[in-house]
Formats: sequence, structure tokens, C-alpha cells
Amino acid sequence: MSTAKKNLKTLTNDVNWHDITEGGMIPWAGNAEMYETGSWRSMIPVWNKEKCKNCLMCFYVCPDSSIYTTDEPRMNGIDFGHCKGCGVCVKCCKFGALDFVEEHK
Amino acid sequence: MAIRERMSGNEAFAVAMKQINPAVVAAFPITPSTEVPQYFSTYVADGQVDTEFVAVESEHSAMSACIGAQAAGGRAMTATSANGLALMWECLYIAAASRLPVVLACVNRTLSGPLNIHNDHSDSMGARDSGWIQLYSENNQEAYDNMLMANRIGEDKSVNLPVMVCQDGFITSHAIENIDLLEDDLAKAFVGDYTPEYHLLNKETPIAVGPLDHFTHCFEHKRQQAQAMMNAQKVILEVSAEFEKLTGRKYGLYEEYVPKGAEDAEVCVVLLNSTAGTAKYVADYYAAEGKKVAILKPRVYRPFPVTELAAALAKYKVVCIMDKADSFNAAGGPLFTDVTSALYACNVFGPKVINYIYGLGGRDVRTTDIETVFDEVLEIAKTGKVKSVFNYLGVRE
Repeated sequence: MSTAKKNLKTLTNDVNWHDITEGGMIPWAGNAEMYETGSWRSMIPVWNKEKCKNCLMCFYVCPDSSIYTTDEPRMNGIDFGHCKGCGVCVKCCKFGALDFVEEHK
Repeated sequence: MAIRERMSGNEAFAVAMKQINPAVVAAFPITPSTEVPQYFSTYVADGQVDTEFVAVESEHSAMSACIGAQAAGGRAMTATSANGLALMWECLYIAAASRLPVVLACVNRTLSGPLNIHNDHSDSMGARDSGWIQLYSENNQEAYDNMLMANRIGEDKSVNLPVMVCQDGFITSHAIENIDLLEDDLAKAFVGDYTPEYHLLNKETPIAVGPLDHFTHCFEHKRQQAQAMMNAQKVILEVSAEFEKLTGRKYGLYEEYVPKGAEDAEVCVVLLNSTAGTAKYVADYYAAEGKKVAILKPRVYRPFPVTELAAALAKYKVVCIMDKADSFNAAGGPLFTDVTSALYACNVFGPKVINYIYGLGGRDVRTTDIETVFDEVLEIAKTGKVKSVFNYLGVRE
């Protein structure tokens, strides 16, 4: 397979057939974050900072790498651009620091 | 100096593959192509090639392994026939759509059913819209030459498509004829190295192959794939010109055979592969009797040479297209519909056209059968009357 005629990082979603990569090949690793999946959510996890012990179990189980952490590391919120609202973090939290509620837009 | 040899069409395929020395050959035996991987596996066992030979459990796996190997960055080749090609079905499309220039030796055999091991073109004709380049070969020499050119064509940066090289099962695959082979070093130099810009084993530039492709981008990929097939024609001609310089053997998109004395022939018969040889033989002795028939044998069936064939056929009063496969569509064989649609698209309305379906299931096509066709087209040229557009040759009525 051959050339992405432009660097994929410069390609936008409205790329035409001349510039798109051959066969859908993606010549660039770590690009899943460009695909926002937050709109798939119907239930939303709510973080209660006061109850959180920063055990980071939620970070380990999140299938979408949507738990933000600080360098310490400590829990630092949720990436709602990618969180699909699966609720795994809520289920695994032993301290009631994550609620799971209907998302009202 | 070429090497003068004698061998079957299958061995010719295998020898070309030996000289190409691909990274991977994955194949499953099926008559009449079995000899190709059989010969090749002896080259592997004897250390004459560096190839990883994968003895897969089916043709679906054979093509899947080829796709994986080619995506990984190596040349991958396979051989098959009939139902083996049918079992590769979804993988053929994936190889083409993923733009992987796999090369397949197709030894044409009747697709079941009824179960039959003999030659017709129902296998490769079924794959005519799979996105593969298809080259057809009249004899062992053309099979060998086409195979040596296949990688160069498919791997061109403007193409990146898989290539299927076809020849007639048993008729040429098992018939031993004289052949001119290139010396190994010349063949290797001609084929060259495979250097894909992106491949899976390049850890510096990690890639994903075959990702999900929905309505936002899939159409653009299909359009780009269609362009690659259009681009292939120029590349085929360039590679063939270079091959001619090396060997003296000239290949184009098609071969127009006009016997001596038949230069002003008003009728032309269009057909593929080995039966073109029989037709040339009959055309020769017909010309000697003053009955003038020209033969046109497409070599490149995909991409279909629309304007070139229409231009070549425009001068004839009658064109008979012979198909060694039926489409069961009540509208003629695949070559017939492609040729007639090319004529119409190019505003060529002069020639009267008829179709003969012939040789199905390996039914022998004799010189007397060809004479039947020639007599029919000569009669149409004389009277201007077409009795029947869709015809079957050599079937018991």
C-alpha cells in the first residue's frame, strides 16, 4: 500500500478522494482520541470529589481512557468528550464517589 | 540470451514465481492449479527460494494469509482454480480494497456445479468485478511473461492493486510446449524489489490496515480504488514496453491477429486465452482460401480497454464475441456485454454483433467448431442479416 498524499494529521473529515489514504489505511498511531464518542452517552457518571480516595480504580477500568489524572497521580475529573457512559467506573468505586444519573441535555 | 526450455503452463507459472522469489506463498491445492504450489514447494524445500510457504487449510485462508503478508510488507502470491477462487471471494475484494498488490495464478476451470474439473472461464469471470487486474494468457509463454510483469504492474504507486494472471486449465496448464525463459538474474532485475511506502512491520511508522469505514469516507475510498484501476492501463503498457526491450516479446492491451492476405477482413472474432490459438490457425487456412477473418484476443480484461477495443473493432462489419463462460442473464456472456457496451459508449454503431458461448465444462473446441463461427460471421457480412445474436457453440441440440 502506498502514500497518504498529505500527512494524515492535516486531513480533515471532508477530505476528498484524491487525498484520502489508500484502502482506509491509517498511517499514524494514537488517533482514536480524534473520534469523539461522548454523544453516545445516555447515562452520565458524576464525580463527588469529597468522597473520592484517589484509589484510581476508575482509571484502571475505564475502557475509553476517560479518567483524567494529575501527576501525583490523583483523580482529576472525567473526559466527557469520550466517556460513553458505560458505568463501569461507577460500579467499581468502593467509596460512593461516582454517581450514575440520566443525562439531560 | 534466453533459455530455451520445454514445460507445462503450470511449471511456467511456478518458474516465474521462483524467479520473483516472493516473501510468502500461501496456497491450497485444487485441480488444475495444484502443480503450481507443488512445483513451488519443491523450490522451497531445495532452498532455491527464500519464500515462507504456508500450507493453509483452505483458499479463504490462502488469500487471507496473502493479504496479511502483503500488508506486513512482503510480496505474497498464490495459485488456485474454480471453487478455490470462489472460496477466496470476500478476501479478493478485501485485497483489492485494501490496495494490496497480491499476485494470483489463476488456472481457469469450470466453477461447480455441476462438478467439473475441466476448462472454461466461469471462475475468473465471476471475479471480474472484484477489483483485481486480470491478464489472460494464450499459452505457457504468455502465462510466464504475464506472471513476470504482474508484480511490477500491481505494485506501481499509481495502481496498488492485486493482479490475477489467467491461463486455461489442462489445455495450456498441463500441455508441455517450448518456451523462452529469462535468466534468473535478468528476471530478478526486471521484477525488482518490493518497497511499499507503508507496511505493518515498520515500527517507525505504525499503521492500521482495514479499519471500519462508514458513509463518511467509504465512497471516497471506492472512488480512489476505481481510479487505480483506470491508472493501471498506462502502467501495463509501460511495463510491457520495458519487457519487450528485454525479451523482444511485444504485449499490448490486446492482440489483433490478421492473417496474411486478410488485411481487409470485414469480420472479427473476439476471444480469450487458448482458443485464440485455434482461431488463429483456422483464420490462416481460411485466408488462404480467400475467406478473411481477423482475430482479436484481449490480454488485459481488467482494466477493460474500452476506447482501444472500440477503435480496433470499428472497422469491421461483423464482430463475433466468444465467451467461455455463461452469465445466465439472458443477455450474453461477460466478454460480449463488455465489448458491446464499449462499442456503444464510444459511438461505434457500425459492426453487427453476435455472441457465442462455447467450450463450457471443458467441451472440446475443434477447428470445425471455429469454422462454424467463421462461416456464420462471413454469411452475416454478406447478407447483412443476423439470425440470432445469442448462440451456443458445440452443444448437442
